Amino acid sequence: MKPILVKGSEAIALGALEAGCRCYFGYPITPQNEIPELMARELPKRGGVFLQAESELAAVNMLLGAASTGVRAMTSSSSPGISLMAETFSYLAALELPAVVVNVSRGGPGLGGIEASQGDYFQATRGAGHGDYHFLVLSPASIQEAYELTAKAFELAEKYRQPAMILTDALLGQMKEPLRPRKLRLKKYPKDWALTGAKGRPGRTLRSLYLGPGELRARNELLQKKYRAMRREARAKVLYAEDAELAVTAFGSLSRIVKEAVEMAREKGYPVAFVRPVTLFPFPEKPFRELAARGVRFLVVELNCGQMVEDVRLSVCGRSEVELQAFPPSDLPAPEDIYRRIKRCLAAGK
Amino acid sequence: MARLKVRVAFPERCKGCGLCVHFCPKKVLSVGNQRNLQGYKVVEIVSPDKCTGCGVCYLMCPDVVLEVV
Amino acid sequence: MKAFTFPQVLTDRSFHYCPGCHHGIAHRLLAEVLEELGVQERAYGVASIGCACFLYYYFDVDICEAPHGRACAAATGAKRARPELVVFTYQGDGDFAAIGLTESLHAAARGERITAIMINNTVYGMTGGQLSPTTLPGQRTTTTPEGRDPRVYGYPLKVAEILAGFPGVAFCARVAVNTPKRVREAKEALRKAFLAQIENRGFGYVEFLSACPVNWKLDAVRAAEKVNELTETFPLGVFRDEV
Repeated sequence: MKPILVKGSEAIALGALEAGCRCYFGYPITPQNEIPELMARELPKRGGVFLQAESELAAVNMLLGAASTGVRAMTSSSSPGISLMAETFSYLAALELPAVVVNVSRGGPGLGGIEASQGDYFQATRGAGHGDYHFLVLSPASIQEAYELTAKAFELAEKYRQPAMILTDALLGQMKEPLRPRKLRLKKYPKDWALTGAKGRPGRTLRSLYLGPGELRARNELLQKKYRAMRREARAKVLYAEDAELAVTAFGSLSRIVKEAVEMAREKGYPVAFVRPVTLFPFPEKPFRELAARGVRFLVVELNCGQMVEDVRLSVCGRSEVELQAFPPSDLPAPEDIYRRIKRCLAAGK
Repeated sequence: MARLKVRVAFPERCKGCGLCVHFCPKKVLSVGNQRNLQGYKVVEIVSPDKCTGCGVCYLMCPDVVLEVV
Repeated sequence: MKAFTFPQVLTDRSFHYCPGCHHGIAHRLLAEVLEELGVQERAYGVASIGCACFLYYYFDVDICEAPHGRACAAATGAKRARPELVVFTYQGDGDFAAIGLTESLHAAARGERITAIMINNTVYGMTGGQLSPTTLPGQRTTTTPEGRDPRVYGYPLKVAEILAGFPGVAFCARVAVNTPKRVREAKEALRKAFLAQIENRGFGYVEFLSACPVNWKLDAVRAAEKVNELTETFPLGVFRDEV
């Protein structure tokens, strides 16, 4: 298959189309405009629906409506727009709707900037809306992975009947790389819950209001059961762990720079591993627990003021040191900046 | 066709609001003293023979308590 | 003469509404219209947030809950995803015209093939009778204890008149259900608001002036009479009809 040179945003849209996404609702916001623009060109040709909404708030509620009828549907936005969608995220989870949301993050807080940031990590993994709920959160580090994880998000969303999020940022969203838009075999799941019209059956309801004694607790327990079951989907890429004394950890587009730093260190003989969480919820605790058990220390590198570092500390549970190298949005570090810190960490460990 | 007559089809739905009583042109109905499970006094037919089957009571009832059949 | 029987589209669950509340009449009319148009099996209702949030208990059709104010957006998504569905929203004046005004107006402006029902009782009913966009000047509510002062809260939103000016709107009417004649007219308006959708003409809108005895602190009969006063601010009638 001949690769095509596309931006990360375009790869995400193509991944959604590959997964059979039939409805897309969006709203303009830099740096993710290529997603609605591609959907506007492609969906109608495939008998799908593209609609630009009057706000991100309207877009995510259109998503709710479409997803409730059992069709594969998606929206995308960037940080401030995702914040506007937060209340409805809680409804998507509570109504158990397999909708896909893409956040091509930009610098925050406030209007912030339009360059890369990982400052939405908590928002994505802790749930931007109210109540105990989670999105299944996947974070690509390449154009090819952006394509494949977006398609995978549709499958996982339906598998658990819960919303899924692709968390990426302006860096990946705006850079171009070759993409092989290959066919993907995705599992389909029954839609016996979908609102398709009460023909030959009683009317169905999708609701989150439960006022009866014990009803809401039961709903919460049902959701928590799903989140426990989702743990099996936890994924992380782990490299050079065999002889490691220090594991350098990063996710998403920043992990590419961090990996380069790790490889620079390894060339100089430094015992350094590289861990890249692919799923951010469920967080891949296993590799961190195993490395910590062997006395490996951790350096978490993030394009924010320190968020994923907390999940690493939770996974390691005090058994090992976890340091943070934070690069507040949006000045990108060079590999050397991280390589110097790796050497200091290793020296301090002696 | 025999003339339609009002009947209190679903007394448990009644809330004794009195709209049917107020709008019935023939004063066929009245809110009684019997209470249903919800604790509301339920409408009663006090002058069945005056009922012309016009259906106004059905139209004005907010709880679909009555039928005119 | 046709008999008056319990509509088959309604479930047998008693309404939770307060005695004399006109939601119940609007519910019955909606059930009758869905039945007579033969669309129960492809109906898709959006339950909004407010007194009518329990819509799904009463209608044997598919119903989805939408966050407060977002019913018209959810309805848009459902209708676009499955155009064969007959999609309607059932909202209060707060849901439709306060928090959800943007979604409501834009759905109408786009000419979405959905039917929107707004129950206008001039207060937020479910939460205990607060000020709403349609509260009358001078009307006391729990958040305008001295009466709505136009210098503070301006004037009621006349939604039917606003939507009447939208080319995307194919049917727009304001009705009431406080007299038998008006109940019959309301049903006809509701039928046409659904035909606006079914005949693919555009957005259908019916505003029901509705009594709220508890929050107006009136009994059912006097509350029904008070609706007549409302018609001075909110004139009844068909404001746009291309059906």
